Amino acid sequence: MVQTRRSSHSRRGTRLAQSEADLLDNPVAGQPTLILRSPDFHAITEVVAEPVERRTPTGWWLFFIPSFALLVLLGVAVSWLFWEGIGIWGLNVPVGWAFDITNFVFWIGIGHAGTLISAILFLFRQKWRTSINRSAEAMTIFAVMCALVFPTIHVGRVWVAYWMLPIPNQMSVWPNFRSPLLWDVFAVSIYGTVSVLFWYLGLIPDLATIRDRAKTRARKFVYGFLALGWRGSMRQWHHYESAYLVLAALATPLVLSVHSIVSMDFAVSLLPGWHTTVFPPYFVAGAIFSGFAMVVTLMVICRTAFRLEHIITLRHFDYMAKIMLVTGSMVGFAYATEFFTSWYSGNPYEVFTFRNRAFGPYAWAYWIMVSCNVLSPQVFWFKKARTSILILFVMSIVINIGMWFERFVIIVTSLHRDFLPSAWGYFTPTVWDVACLVGSFGLFFTMFCLFVRFFPLVATAEIKTVLPQADPHWQPGPAREIKDR
Amino acid sequence: MPLLLPKLPKGPHYGILAEFATPAALYHACERVRDAGFTRWDAHTPFPVHGLAGAMGLKRSPLPWIVLGMGLTGAALAFLLQWWVHASAYPLVISGKPYFAWPAMVPIIFEVAVLFGALGAIVGMLGLNKLPMHHHPLFRSKVFERVTDDAFFISIESWDPRFDPATTRKLLESLGARSVELLES
Repeated sequence: MVQTRRSSHSRRGTRLAQSEADLLDNPVAGQPTLILRSPDFHAITEVVAEPVERRTPTGWWLFFIPSFALLVLLGVAVSWLFWEGIGIWGLNVPVGWAFDITNFVFWIGIGHAGTLISAILFLFRQKWRTSINRSAEAMTIFAVMCALVFPTIHVGRVWVAYWMLPIPNQMSVWPNFRSPLLWDVFAVSIYGTVSVLFWYLGLIPDLATIRDRAKTRARKFVYGFLALGWRGSMRQWHHYESAYLVLAALATPLVLSVHSIVSMDFAVSLLPGWHTTVFPPYFVAGAIFSGFAMVVTLMVICRTAFRLEHIITLRHFDYMAKIMLVTGSMVGFAYATEFFTSWYSGNPYEVFTFRNRAFGPYAWAYWIMVSCNVLSPQVFWFKKARTSILILFVMSIVINIGMWFERFVIIVTSLHRDFLPSAWGYFTPTVWDVACLVGSFGLFFTMFCLFVRFFPLVATAEIKTVLPQADPHWQPGPAREIKDR
Repeated sequence: MPLLLPKLPKGPHYGILAEFATPAALYHACERVRDAGFTRWDAHTPFPVHGLAGAMGLKRSPLPWIVLGMGLTGAALAFLLQWWVHASAYPLVISGKPYFAWPAMVPIIFEVAVLFGALGAIVGMLGLNKLPMHHHPLFRSKVFERVTDDAFFISIESWDPRFDPATTRKLLESLGARSVELLES
């Protein structure tokens, strides 16, 4: 029932997409059908547990080996950086921050969609989140790991990076709690910790599923150890659900605060182009925008590779595309607001910075940003685009290129022409800048490959709750059957 | 490796385990077991069945109070740390700001409150649920392996005052149990 006619699916290609789009509404139940092909509980367990239990497929190695190679590249680049210093990057005197902080803001932004899906959509009772929340939460954790690399290595003397923490050090100096840079240390590290806790909480029942299906002693021991002895007791579920709700309520303001604080790293400074009050909401919208694009990239691959087309359906992509349309338009509105504010301020430095941003030496980066982030998501006004896997996949990559350039534009164009023309410069990345950026993708995809290999990538227990027969008042009847055409 | 040893009373039997076919059957059976006055019993499901806590007569979880307490503790600690560093241990004028500049402390107070609250939620949940508990008499049952897949159970423990191996088994069978099993301690 679950793996029906996979080969015919791929052959039919776009026609499948069309027929699945027709299924988006279930006229009998009068409510959205989130899971297609009416699987029973056991069929869900089977399809989710299969990638964890079967032999490592060749396709997995095809993703893992290149990712791991890029991770090795990151290791080489960072080792050379530690040996030689940050002079190996293309930084110069007006441009003291470039790829390092661009990558940091990019990755931390990616993570935000995971928390939005797992916490904010949970509070809003958006049941469609159950198909994608587990992998989105994992994506958050790995994105935060990538993000944490960059502020750590960009300090140059990494061996004294602990000076950022409020612990006594050899100079008897304490960090400055009044600085957004220190707020950032707290916000990002706490965000990472809470994301791990939230993810693990959701994993406990599913690890117990893998434990109970384990055939070998080693698997039973490892998954049994991680499942903490979970036995699905309602008295346990009762506290568990309470913990989940409270964590969602805590993670919601946390995720909004994290990118707000990241934006204050810039907004609290007095630099034209950074010193603006629109930054916190603008950064949060951009973070969710890019994060959803990354979720779409990963989910398109996962749903095809693990045959989850009936669990991660076109309806889910339709919803995610709508969120990308909204947040992309919010980002575009913020770009316009920045220009209006600079003109309305009457401050010549502000006006110059923004004119220089759009028409100066970095105009190429600015217009890549605008076309990727503002113009291209407008295709999502059309349902055909929102339910076409090919368009979604291409757009998700285009959007993430655009969002990386957004951070590059904000950071580098604001810095490269200082107040006095004698302090003007131009930043050109070196091969080590590029190696660190590309290598961070290696870290991200290596972790994600390991995740899909060893952990259930769909929240099995949660997805069973959105099946119609999970309702204690449900009565079986033939009219509820939805056929896959 | 049990981190917390299960503290279960001594006796020849742990209790009775009954399997039900659907969430609906389990739900109605739970209502009847609750109304029969049992106290040491539980339902086991692969996912949280909506409304089952009510059918079992469970009280609200005290967990939010633990989280509130932990969150306030975190906020207080973060405030004290920042006040102590800037106003007491290491007073330093930065940009002409006062030593005790409390509005600038708000972000870190908030973040640390969230951290402590989240730790309270996880540790509190594990504590209330007496987890980790890697050994339990229920795990000896073969059918119970499906509790994390697609099976629904009620277990009644033998030290419940109303427990009687024969009549309790009859009760569960009359409620539509698919199979009933007496578990050893």
